Amino acid sequence: MPTILLHSGRFIDPSTHTDSIVDILIVNGIIEKIQPNIPQQKNYQIINLKNKIIAPGFMDMHVHFREPGFEHKETITSGTLSAAYGGFTSACCMPNTNPAIDDEAIAQFIQTQAKKANNGIVDVYPIGAVTKKREGKELAPIAELVQAGVIGLSDDGAPVSNANIMRRALEYSTMYNIPLIQHCEDQTLAHNGVMNEGKISTELGLPGIPGIAEEVMIARDLLLTEYTKAKYHVAHISTANAVQLVREGKKKGIHVTSEVTPHHFVLTDEIVRSFETNTKMNPPLRTQKDVDAMKEGLRDGTIDVIATDHAPHSLDEKEVDYLQAPFGIVGLETAIGLSITELVEPKILSMMQLVEKFSTNPRKIVGKSIIIKEGEKANFTFIDPTVEWKVNTEQFKSKSKNSPFNGKILKGKAIGIFNNNQLLQY
Amino acid sequence: MNATKLSSRHLLGLQGMPKEDIQLILETAKSFKEILNRPIKKVPTLQGKTIANLFFENSTRTRISFELAERRLSADVVNFSVTGSSVGKGETLKDTARNIEAMKIDTVVIRHSAAGTPQFLTKIIQANIINAGDGCHEHPTQALLDIYTLQEKFPSLKNLRVCIVGDILHSRVARSNIFGLQTMGAKVSVCGPATLIPRELEKLGIEIFHHIDDVIPNVDVLNVLRIQLERQSGGFFPSVREYHTFFGVTKERLEKAHTPITILHPGPINRDVELSADVADGSHSLILEQVTNGVAVRMAVLYLLGVE
Repeated sequence: MPTILLHSGRFIDPSTHTDSIVDILIVNGIIEKIQPNIPQQKNYQIINLKNKIIAPGFMDMHVHFREPGFEHKETITSGTLSAAYGGFTSACCMPNTNPAIDDEAIAQFIQTQAKKANNGIVDVYPIGAVTKKREGKELAPIAELVQAGVIGLSDDGAPVSNANIMRRALEYSTMYNIPLIQHCEDQTLAHNGVMNEGKISTELGLPGIPGIAEEVMIARDLLLTEYTKAKYHVAHISTANAVQLVREGKKKGIHVTSEVTPHHFVLTDEIVRSFETNTKMNPPLRTQKDVDAMKEGLRDGTIDVIATDHAPHSLDEKEVDYLQAPFGIVGLETAIGLSITELVEPKILSMMQLVEKFSTNPRKIVGKSIIIKEGEKANFTFIDPTVEWKVNTEQFKSKSKNSPFNGKILKGKAIGIFNNNQLLQY
Repeated sequence: MNATKLSSRHLLGLQGMPKEDIQLILETAKSFKEILNRPIKKVPTLQGKTIANLFFENSTRTRISFELAERRLSADVVNFSVTGSSVGKGETLKDTARNIEAMKIDTVVIRHSAAGTPQFLTKIIQANIINAGDGCHEHPTQALLDIYTLQEKFPSLKNLRVCIVGDILHSRVARSNIFGLQTMGAKVSVCGPATLIPRELEKLGIEIFHHIDDVIPNVDVLNVLRIQLERQSGGFFPSVREYHTFFGVTKERLEKAHTPITILHPGPINRDVELSADVADGSHSLILEQVTNGVAVRMAVLYLLGVE
């Protein structure tokens, strides 16, 4: 890589409360200088970032890269490319692979693949299973997994339902100071549901997943977390009551954090009326009241993180009836646009807060914080906050195109990233 | 002012269907019913048209009713039934539908265990789609024949008090009746165990009852749904005996009403469970009328969608 000069960008770093127009000089992937008006030299590759934003590299702490086991949906190579084009320099991948990330070898395999993929421009951190095969019965080799690079624990779509196993897992995780990330869903209450339970499911005759399925588990887990003094993270929060539970938990001093997906603060269950299977996800799309609560939770800090729950599925898998279709949508390439359009433009979040939700906070939760100063590694996301563009799933770098946002006009998008001495502009 | 054409080329459900469309179907059904009473019950209306009945779920009477309607309109009919374990594979449905379309089918009548399947078909094939029941969502021709049957008996449906009794949660008949009857101006209520009333139903403007004796003095019509015996094992109610005791529509109960109550039932009846035998066979039961009207109403729908 030649020496790179990021010219005249608006540098926003919540960790140091920085928001100013600067030049940043990068030599061999290391930040040489941050100051306004760095004199330009002939051998510099100059990247003009006037009216653009330079942010510490974004992290999506909730993705499914499907490798190993489901490479027809996504691979680590296609997944990291999708992340890179979505503006993310790092991603944490969930363990619902086949085999699951429940032993060292799989955890290492994922990191090896990630280093080879796209010259390693995107850092991939595996999330280890809580229990063997994600079956909720016996603890996975957590210490070994941590040693192999795992940054958090989750059984994801198979939430830990046994309270005693959950208690033990939380206790065990405290030795390594890693978060236990729960897909909060009491599956006896969710039963065979496929959409939010309420007026719309009643009209459509589709089995509902009630909000209480999520809330019951959060309530239990908060008590267990308080008891064990562990670190607990609520994945893809979706109901107003769940946000309130986390808010009260934080107030009590429980170490709880939470994330929301863009689709849960943008869409409601009204859209399911189309029976379009790209509206089927778990947790399901909720009501306007819940969407409003997501925004309020983001605003007041109850919700720490925006994560995508990027869940690729092939066209054949999704092009079936609503009951048969798998849950989930891809999200990496629309996340920033949706967030700027729905949160920053209506002034729910400042740009500083947005960077916090996409970079500072997720990195802190998984212990991968970065410091942006002279002498440190250059790790940046570049954003054009005002460009208008139309989502076209055919252009996605992800192998899968299952998005309900195809054709939507968004404002703001990532225009490039820099990480591991690699530059990608688009 | 009367419309002569439906506003959609499919019949997917009664939710959102304009009142004019429902009226047009009812009026058309009336003339077909006259034909059904003639010695020769066949008309050449759909000669040369081909209709496929795709039944992915067990059904006897609905399929027969459709088939009779189709044959009496002189359409060519093919039946495709899939039962058992191969049902429900989405790929099969898509491939089946596309294959059948490739054989130049004009209209597809579909029954499927998943809500929304008829909508799904409209996106993948060109034929007119008629929903013959999709999961717990809608069963529009059943509701249309219920409404037709009521219209024959009552001078107006406006403010007619109709209570749907039983398992509302899993009933596509209930949903289509609610949507259709509300469009026609009727006052619709439901009565059933709290576990079998879907969430937030009251937001549709439906009054909800849990005691059948509270309902009976205040309605004109009871549309009694079949109670599926497997709901007991699903934990929705403790026993069939208890259901019958507390929700069963019996002669004794009906006698408390000031005026006779008209009884509808979509069939097949579990005698002496949701409906006692004497009520089912009683003079205020329109159950067999419903079956007769079913053919006429389906002829009307097939005619209105099938003739360009």
